[in-house]
Amino acid sequence: MVEVSVSQRITSDDQLARLLQIGIVLEEVVEARAHHHYESLDAELDEEVETLLSDAAEESAEHRSRLEGLIEGLGVDSVPFDEIESLVDARYGRTQPNDFDGVLYDQLCNEETAYKFYDDLIEAIEGSDAEFSLDRAELLDTLESIREEEAEGVSEVTEVMERR
Amino acid sequence: MNTADQYLKTIYVVQKQEDGPASTGSIADALGVSPASANEMIGKLEERGLAEHEKYKGVRLTDDGIVKARDALQTYCIIERFLANVLAVEEFREEAHELEAVIDDTVADRLDTIIDRQPECPDCFDPETDACACLEVAAVPAEPEQ
Repeated sequence: MVEVSVSQRITSDDQLARLLQIGIVLEEVVEARAHHHYESLDAELDEEVETLLSDAAEESAEHRSRLEGLIEGLGVDSVPFDEIESLVDARYGRTQPNDFDGVLYDQLCNEETAYKFYDDLIEAIEGSDAEFSLDRAELLDTLESIREEEAEGVSEVTEVMERR
Repeated sequence: MNTADQYLKTIYVVQKQEDGPASTGSIADALGVSPASANEMIGKLEERGLAEHEKYKGVRLTDDGIVKARDALQTYCIIERFLANVLAVEEFREEAHELEAVIDDTVADRLDTIIDRQPECPDCFDPETDACACLEVAAVPAEPEQ
């Protein structure tokens, strides 16, 4: 077995770039799944859920582009959205929720997962004394503001779920 | 994945490899930590009822420990498979080890919705190649240690 490093610190540009790339994929998964849910609900015209999903897809696309801005500075390629979209398509049948509650719950998982990801990433960057090619303050500002929006997303979905 | 889960996963794999209790030395080697650190964490796992330590023999996971270790190994498989198949990372084993501490189980679960993991996971994990045996690229053996 390869030796495991039992630490939560990020020690290099490469590790940081990889984690940001994972963030981009997570956002792409959220965007593609929200879009799928949105389409599957279309015929049933539930306006509140439709708006929630379309806003979520839009917000994910915006987060993705901010993360792409960060990894450009590290000289790493982004992951093309159509590639992730086709992977979501290929597996969606197996993991798709089958009713409104399921769709909302899936959306809640999306937002909570993204929040947890950014929270862990911020903690790992703060715990590291590595010098990154990116401006540390700008990096943390961007990630903290995305994390904040994920937290708002969690509250929004929870509110809709509680009301229904 | 937190440190305790990384230990549980490692003990589980070493236990299988050694076909019996895992020695503290093997656990420390696999984790790249000192035997003293390994002992300390093993003590904590014992307190939580996840492992049992027998003097001169080694550590054995309890049933609860095995359940948690298998979950952790599954999370690890998701990370490896995601890096290899979605991001086309050649050094996916090394990177998975580097990143596992920062990737939470919930994040791995979401990544799992786009990878083609087999139902037998994590039994498909092969300690010799340090990868899932069903992973297409896993046929390439790990580089021999210098």
